[in-house]
Amino acid sequence: MPRWPWIVGVLVVGTGAGWFATKPTPLPASALEGITGDAERGAITFAAAGCASCHNAPDGPLDVLAGGKSFASDFGTFIAPNISSDPVHGVGGWTDLELASAIMRGVSPDGAHYYPAFPYTSYIKADVQDIADLIAHMRTLPADTTPSQPHDLGFPFNIRASLGVWKALYLRDDWVMDAPTPELERGRVLVEALGHCAECHTPRNALGGLDRSAWMTGAPNPSGDGRIPNISPAGLTWSAQEIAEYLNSGFTPTFDSAGGTMADVIRHTSQLSDADRMAIAAYLKVLP
Amino acid sequence: MRRTTPFVVALCLSATALLAQDLTEEQDRALTARQAHMGLYGFYLTPLGQMAQDRIPYDADVAAAAANNLAAMAAIDQSAFWVEGTDSSLERSRARAEIWTDPDGYLEVKQGMADATEALALVAGDGLDALKAAFGPVGQSCSACHQPYRAPAN
Repeated sequence: MPRWPWIVGVLVVGTGAGWFATKPTPLPASALEGITGDAERGAITFAAAGCASCHNAPDGPLDVLAGGKSFASDFGTFIAPNISSDPVHGVGGWTDLELASAIMRGVSPDGAHYYPAFPYTSYIKADVQDIADLIAHMRTLPADTTPSQPHDLGFPFNIRASLGVWKALYLRDDWVMDAPTPELERGRVLVEALGHCAECHTPRNALGGLDRSAWMTGAPNPSGDGRIPNISPAGLTWSAQEIAEYLNSGFTPTFDSAGGTMADVIRHTSQLSDADRMAIAAYLKVLP
Repeated sequence: MRRTTPFVVALCLSATALLAQDLTEEQDRALTARQAHMGLYGFYLTPLGQMAQDRIPYDADVAAAAANNLAAMAAIDQSAFWVEGTDSSLERSRARAEIWTDPDGYLEVKQGMADATEALALVAGDGLDALKAAFGPVGQSCSACHQPYRAPAN
């Protein structure tokens, strides 16, 4: 019992130092210098990044990013915000740099951490030009005035400052796989960065960090029932052509069809080029 | 080994029997029937899909027959499949509880598949381009149901 005051003191000092060391770090002010977003190319990036999978309204069209879908997790329920071009309820009033910092660093315009339900942990690996294109495209999409809803999280996960520690541990911008050919390089951008496939297909540790040693080998379904499948060659024996076809039509080689969240993903991968779908397949085929 | 093997087999059999006992005969028959029905969708979709994806040569007779069967199967009343207590809380089932809690939504997507397969059956024998054009909406109708109403595999 006499030890308690010491422990409290250590915690206070440690938390203070920790907060300072882990405060939100946006992109540097020069990150977008000399870069102009191309809205047309951004449409492809928008599909590849699957933004609308989470940010469209429940049952709403894919180009109205009104938010409102909820995502259950071990930490509580996240509710996707409005990221439409509305200047009040959406992100239309943000600068390109503010948007890029949100997407690639998980930092809000007023300097708060975002929860990694938003996969900036993957988007951090994206090319800045691709993100500039994406932002240019998002600005062309309709405004919506639905207010964003707060997340429903329990203590201590409702304290955003604690995310600084989480980021220090798990926010990494290095690639998992080598990409010795242009096709694998494109596949890696699509899978590891934009498509953020690992966010569901890779298991997590107790703190919610991805277990890179079990990359794409499947994981429990964060929303409850069943498992997200293993899509490394040990679990997915389809040919590259069959994987690409699945990402286009949603049909497996034996003509079962995609369900659950993956059906949503295929609404986006079906908008990519055949070459991009083959690049994703090529990447998956060389996984360990 | 010789002594343990029959014992293990007996144990497995009794475990299986125990699992099966959790269901009434009506539940068991409904589950078996609807999963067979889904399997037959896959059986008739396969030649159509392989043609649409240029994996096998187009054959008008095969396509028309498969599409007609598919449309007939999608059109029939399936309400007897959905016996209470056979949702994905069972090991054997991937049918989400929403089928029971949102029957109107389920019936709407089921009708969507009936419409898409009927449209496919009307043109499947009219050439590969017609088949391809009508096959896309059939795929979308599969996802339209699997997305909300089928749980991931265990």
